[in-house]
Amino acid sequence: MSEDFNDNKTIQAQSSEAISGGGSGIGADADYVRPAEVADQDLYHGHSFITKWIFCQDAKVIGVQYFLLATFTGIIGLILSWLMRLQLGFPGLAPFMTAEHYYQFVTMHGMIMVVYFLTALFLGGFGNYLIPLMVGARDMVFPYLNMVSFWSFFVAVGVLLASFFVPGGPTGSGWTLYPPQAILEGTPGSGWGIMLMCISLILFVAGFTMGGLNYLITVLQARTRGMTLMRMPLTVWGIFTATVLAMLAFPALLVGALMMSLDNVLGTSFFMPTILKAGEVLEYGGGSPILFQHLFWFFGHPEVYIVALPAFGIISDLISVHARKNIFGYRMMVWAIVGIGALSFFVWAHHMYVSGMNPWFGFFFATTTLIIAVPTAMKVYNWILTLWRGNIRLNTVMLWCLGFIVTFVNGGITGIFLGNVSVDVPLSDTYFVIAHFHMVMGIAPLMVIMGAVYHWFPLVAGRFLDEKLGKWHFWLTFLGAYSIYFPMHYLGFIGVPRRYFEMYDSPYVTSAVGMNEFISIAAFIVGAAQFILIYNIIKTLKTGKPAGHNPWQACSLEWLTPTVPPEHGNWGDRLPTVHRWAYDYSVPGAKEDFITQTTPPSEVAHTKVEKT
Amino acid sequence: MHVGIIFFLVILGSVLFHIFTPWYWTDVASNWGGMDDTITLTFWIGGGVFIAVCLFMVYCVFKFSYKKERKAEYKPEDKKLEKILTWATTIGVAALLAPGLIIWNQYVNVPKNAIEIDVMAWQWGWQYRLPGEDGKLGTTKVVNINDDNPFGINLDDPFGNDDVMIQSDIINLENNRPVKILLRSVDVLHNWYVPQFRAKMDAVPGIVTYYWFEPNKTGEFEVLCAEYCGVGHYAMRGGVEVQDKQDYDNWLQQQETFSDLIAKQKILEDEKTKLAKK
Repeated sequence: MSEDFNDNKTIQAQSSEAISGGGSGIGADADYVRPAEVADQDLYHGHSFITKWIFCQDAKVIGVQYFLLATFTGIIGLILSWLMRLQLGFPGLAPFMTAEHYYQFVTMHGMIMVVYFLTALFLGGFGNYLIPLMVGARDMVFPYLNMVSFWSFFVAVGVLLASFFVPGGPTGSGWTLYPPQAILEGTPGSGWGIMLMCISLILFVAGFTMGGLNYLITVLQARTRGMTLMRMPLTVWGIFTATVLAMLAFPALLVGALMMSLDNVLGTSFFMPTILKAGEVLEYGGGSPILFQHLFWFFGHPEVYIVALPAFGIISDLISVHARKNIFGYRMMVWAIVGIGALSFFVWAHHMYVSGMNPWFGFFFATTTLIIAVPTAMKVYNWILTLWRGNIRLNTVMLWCLGFIVTFVNGGITGIFLGNVSVDVPLSDTYFVIAHFHMVMGIAPLMVIMGAVYHWFPLVAGRFLDEKLGKWHFWLTFLGAYSIYFPMHYLGFIGVPRRYFEMYDSPYVTSAVGMNEFISIAAFIVGAAQFILIYNIIKTLKTGKPAGHNPWQACSLEWLTPTVPPEHGNWGDRLPTVHRWAYDYSVPGAKEDFITQTTPPSEVAHTKVEKT
Repeated sequence: MHVGIIFFLVILGSVLFHIFTPWYWTDVASNWGGMDDTITLTFWIGGGVFIAVCLFMVYCVFKFSYKKERKAEYKPEDKKLEKILTWATTIGVAALLAPGLIIWNQYVNVPKNAIEIDVMAWQWGWQYRLPGEDGKLGTTKVVNINDDNPFGINLDDPFGNDDVMIQSDIINLENNRPVKILLRSVDVLHNWYVPQFRAKMDAVPGIVTYYWFEPNKTGEFEVLCAEYCGVGHYAMRGGVEVQDKQDYDNWLQQQETFSDLIAKQKILEDEKTKLAKK
């Protein structure tokens, strides 16, 4: 194998030797880990029910809180999608489904799923639960701020849902909230609805910033002894990089929402040119609607990766654990995550090829967009190469991983259609776009979330989720979702535009009626299948098989806590010491097919460990 | 075992669906057939990658599913393989990007002989304006728009007088003659889109945007608004009729110019004052 590894080892060894001190006993030199820079600190422990479970400062509880609230919001998003599909598949069947309601549901579905479900769940949910455990910290570095972060999110969700009950209802401006229509009559919810949406987003960003600071500083400052950056599990790398992206991208959304609120309430004209409405010239002038689009997509594109990068990280870990094989090309995977993260700030205007911006930008953004395909493809190769010559457990977790690979590659390829500027022209604003982004950032991340739930549930609750129910859940979701979104691309080829309440009888779309009915029925089934998981969780909590310590025989730290589920403070009396990366599976010569991160080299001196 | 088979059937089903689908693009009716070709190329390369990756995965599922006695291979990295894959991907991506950019270059460069059409959008409808004999459209302002001046033409702009005004959501085009669509909106974003022409661009209030195409099939086509513009978005339809030169010229003859309209308004006005005097 490569010489690079040997070099690495020597560098590591030298740096170890350079610092004096060390442990005791045989192999002390090899087992040496730098001493801690700051003394271990005790945490604030809650005593009452309220401080333990409600205004709680334990990142694990906050993670579960985030998870539950995001899931609750996601279920609302799911129900909205059912209502939309009801209209699209069977127009006129539901008498309450007016065009106003349809557009309101479209908007709320989109915003809920992208921001309040996926982002909150990956970063707030998995980030909080896993970061401290995986880097060997007792908790996040700012536990109080972390608690406030969740409750800001709670208020943000409250404000968002309140908009269903205000005069005019929630905003129906599409999740992109493009002005001028978002704040003009003619769009549902152009008064109260859009106002509450902006306030809710501002609260979300504020709350998220508190959480995000925690994730970043915990990863940078609170890793345990021996946990170098290049030994971190990819899950942490994914969440960490996504948080950096979020910190840089969310401010653009924040100012966009603020400026639009000013246009709406105070009559400024940031985004509002001279407008003629019902024969009257409005009191606006000189603003640029395209400016908002730039702000929105400067947030909106990194947002895709804010969801995708944690998913990339998590899936890497799940595949590795259940294929009993190290993740292939770890360093490439890390650099791909960082590279994709950096590039994601240079591609935003590929959402705007036909927006009326200067068309010459198209050349630049098409090029940057297609460049991003290279590191993304590398990640895909490395996932399947991890399966190659592995020892693959075909359990529910692995099924979700395989489902992820299929849907992600499918959605990634259609992204190349849309990123390639002139190919985008006929396809933009059609159902091809809907199919693409649902496949790549709806279904694919959902596969990861589900895989992660089945994988980490034994850690969180100490019991295995039921495998049989899990498999039903997987196959219904995967096959159902695939048969929703794969054919949907072809509606886009026909030219069916998105955001149409009804198609009427345009001659070239009559053939699509049957497909729309089929897609709707599939959507009802896939949605209903998600309740299998809820049933499974309730059942497991009561009667599930106890998991015990490290049930998957994983290497990474989160499974190595003294108690399962981990207690507040995670590590009991002593913080763990890390000696290797998180992927020493099936090392030749080792007794078992995994060597945990805390195993000192002296214990496995006879094995052929290549990477530390 | 069944896991691999089901995944294999999903891949096979996808390929068969693509081959036998009755849902596919409409016949192209403009010069932008190149866009279709690029899509086809992307299908071949992208579809090939999709099939290859998925089949490899299915193979791994068959070949390497869990056996107690087997131990997985231990191989953290393979620099050579990673290098080969990186370069192969880069070449594939470049092969897709190049034709895309070439066609985009044609898209942003409008031919000199293109006839300009002012497409004016509002919530929720369209109307059109063609240059008169001077070949130039008069300049406009939103604040000028009223019943007497539906396009908001600047009255002091001499180019505006002979502009042909089509106060209908249907426009006729001459076959095989490039048109430059100049888009403007008086309220919110819109997008003048005919699926058969492939091309589209948003109409943005406050600025004039453009794109061009050359229709090459006669017949009637439906215009759709392709940028969400409020609750009437889905009903914001229009029409295009592509005609041969002679039919088109006949049609154009019958249309009203701005000066016709002003004259007509004046007659109406005069009659009104006469009536008032009586």
